Amino acid sequence: MRVKNPKAVFQEIHDAAAGRRASVEKQAVPTVHLGMATCGIAAGALETKKAFEEAILERGIAAVVHPVGCNGHCYAEPVVVIDHPDSGFPPILYPNVSPGKAKMLVKLFLEEGDPRFEHILGATVENEMIPWVMEFSRFSKETRIVTRLCGQIDPESIDEYILKDGYASLARALEMEPADIRQEIKASGLRGRGGAGFPTGEKWELAAQADGGDKILICNADEGDPGAYMDRTILESNPHQVIEGMAICALAVGAEKGIVYVRAEYPLAVDIVGKAICQARETGLLGDCILGSALHFDIEVFQGSGAFVCGEETALIQSIEGARGMPVYRPPFPVESGLYGLPTVINNVKTLTTVPPIIEKGAEWFRGIGTPGSPGTTVFSVVGEVVHPGLVEISMGVTLRTLIFDICGGIPNQKKFKAVQIGGPSGGCLPEEFLDTPIDFDSLNEAGAMMGSGGMVVMDEDSCVVDVSRYFLDFTQNESCGKCTFCRIGTRHLLDILSRITKGEGSREDLSCLKDLSRAVSEGSLCGLGRTAPNPVMTSLKYFEDEYLAHVDHKKCPGTTCRDLTAFYIDLETCARGCDVCVGCCPVDAIFTTRTRKKGIDQQLCVKCGECKVVCPPEYDAVKRISPAEGVPVVERLDKE
Amino acid sequence: MDQNDNIDETKMLRDIEGRLGVFGRERGSLIPILQMIQEKYQYLPKGALEIVGRHLEIPSAEVFGVATFYNQFRFHPPGRHPIKVCLGTACHVRGGDIILENFERKLEIKEGETTPDQEFSIEKVACIGCCALAPVALLGETVHGGMAPSKVEGLVLRIEVEKEMRQRAGKKEQDG
Repeated sequence: MRVKNPKAVFQEIHDAAAGRRASVEKQAVPTVHLGMATCGIAAGALETKKAFEEAILERGIAAVVHPVGCNGHCYAEPVVVIDHPDSGFPPILYPNVSPGKAKMLVKLFLEEGDPRFEHILGATVENEMIPWVMEFSRFSKETRIVTRLCGQIDPESIDEYILKDGYASLARALEMEPADIRQEIKASGLRGRGGAGFPTGEKWELAAQADGGDKILICNADEGDPGAYMDRTILESNPHQVIEGMAICALAVGAEKGIVYVRAEYPLAVDIVGKAICQARETGLLGDCILGSALHFDIEVFQGSGAFVCGEETALIQSIEGARGMPVYRPPFPVESGLYGLPTVINNVKTLTTVPPIIEKGAEWFRGIGTPGSPGTTVFSVVGEVVHPGLVEISMGVTLRTLIFDICGGIPNQKKFKAVQIGGPSGGCLPEEFLDTPIDFDSLNEAGAMMGSGGMVVMDEDSCVVDVSRYFLDFTQNESCGKCTFCRIGTRHLLDILSRITKGEGSREDLSCLKDLSRAVSEGSLCGLGRTAPNPVMTSLKYFEDEYLAHVDHKKCPGTTCRDLTAFYIDLETCARGCDVCVGCCPVDAIFTTRTRKKGIDQQLCVKCGECKVVCPPEYDAVKRISPAEGVPVVERLDKE
Repeated sequence: MDQNDNIDETKMLRDIEGRLGVFGRERGSLIPILQMIQEKYQYLPKGALEIVGRHLEIPSAEVFGVATFYNQFRFHPPGRHPIKVCLGTACHVRGGDIILENFERKLEIKEGETTPDQEFSIEKVACIGCCALAPVALLGETVHGGMAPSKVEGLVLRIEVEKEMRQRAGKKEQDG
């Protein structure tokens, strides 16, 4: 049935792309690579881009601005790499490039050849003049498979992806038998990256054997965890690797229709994926007779409307069918009877993105990365109290300590590490003794947390685990679809109890009630949302019981976070006479001047926003926060009438 | 004023009805249709839900049921300057709720409401994915990172000042 040799057709496409790129690159001018994903834009990349373009035009320099995706270094956004071959310097990475800095770099580096060493983070290749970024652990300890091209190529250019050997794996897969592709994925030990870790090869095998009409492949990019954004970054930075992975999967299971289910809250990702699909179609990499073979496969985008539960596959299917996204009982599993009753394979973005490298380099290579039980890499978005937050791709089995302290730079401001919350609303809170736990599906499950979505929040001594548990319960309670009684009402009561505790109104009975109710919610719920919703409470109760007891018994919040249990006051010893900074910033005019012309806080008016503590000059550092609130020294207000 | 609103609404509904033609009548079109309406008008007018129900031949209660299930859909028009406060995990840890509270206090409305002059509306959103800038708020489409209570004051004040300047300029033009 095969008309042409896919590899030969691919070679033609590759050569054509190379020809087009060569005419662009022939000019050999300095290039400014600028990270333009959502996070970069939020940090001001659009203004920076404009500044670069204006300055280049103004000075009449031959240079181009090349938009790329996100490289995961959120702390350094907007990130710019300037490749100026004539200057004699290697490509240099500059962090936090404001419009002013952009104009300065155009003048001093592009025009005059001075790279301004004080602004450099590092060089992107090894050289003798400037430290290579791979000498820093933030770069060197990562293992990039899924995000290997993120931040390096223009996501809107299929040519750039093809020239990085993109779609070569698809050409290779087209020369394999579908059963061999499935065998390769099975042999690689790849597990679903959506959180639960179901073996991908097995899922594909089940789908391939299912009968009952045309098969459908869904790429699940309904990233709902309020603190994880790796799926979005992948779609925005390298959409073609996702499409390639989908095409290979379609070939392996025999699907002709694919859907990318992406959140409508990610407008840039929706836009970029849509464009990428069109480009792939025009290039003959999607549609009929892909690369001259008998494979027919096309993809459309469906925008999810923002319901956390739709990350669950049966709920996701319900929402595509136009219903409320409520999970349904399995079996039948979607691979047997899914969307409109057709066999449906649902894989996470990261799972599908991992597929092309496996086909390219083989299952053996993939098994060599990570742990025997969880081969490969995983992407975490590390946020909270770390020096270098952002997206990090590590091989499975790396310890939490390496991730938090070596890669992300540890805790800022000389604070102590308290806990790390892994897996978002379904995950758990782990204390210091788990820092040497390797990160993989099984070890995290054993510890009571879970891989989940890959969100990771690092907390220092000033955070409160009770408050974080309450936060996640607030989220799951809101997102519970309401189908199962235990989830619908149970999470509400869990939240009420936790709110009571954070207000200092909790009792010891509440703690035992939390434990019982958590177990009940977990056992009495149908889908993953309800079953894992109590995880944040259960793990924090297990590992941080003393914090709960402090809240309940002494009305004290050890992390001085819970607002009802803390109070601000101004230390009259260190407060400076005549300094009015705090008075000016207080949003509720709670700060007054005492008889000694120092300041005091009116506890009745104070809303505990902490602004005064932030603005108080560090040489005085006079604003203090204490818990319990009753311990606050009383300063009489005289100006009140 | 009321009459004007009515005319606008009729016009709006007629426009929405005209746009339904490209969508199929199967149930699967429901969410894409609702998304189209919201994209166009920033909210789902009550009358539109009935029109959509008629188009898909399902009760408008069904349409309402689906629309209310998802966080994306809004049933009131947002203000001219919609404010979205991120309450994702990173923003929560860094005090996002305090930012929300300051907006609420400053504008004297609660989350989910619009000011009587239709100038501002406040919404909370779960993670807009720039956690390194936490706490974050969106004013229109612009992201403001590293928010603080005093920055809330500044942002609101700036918009009010700009509005006043526009009004004065308009008045001058009229006078001159």
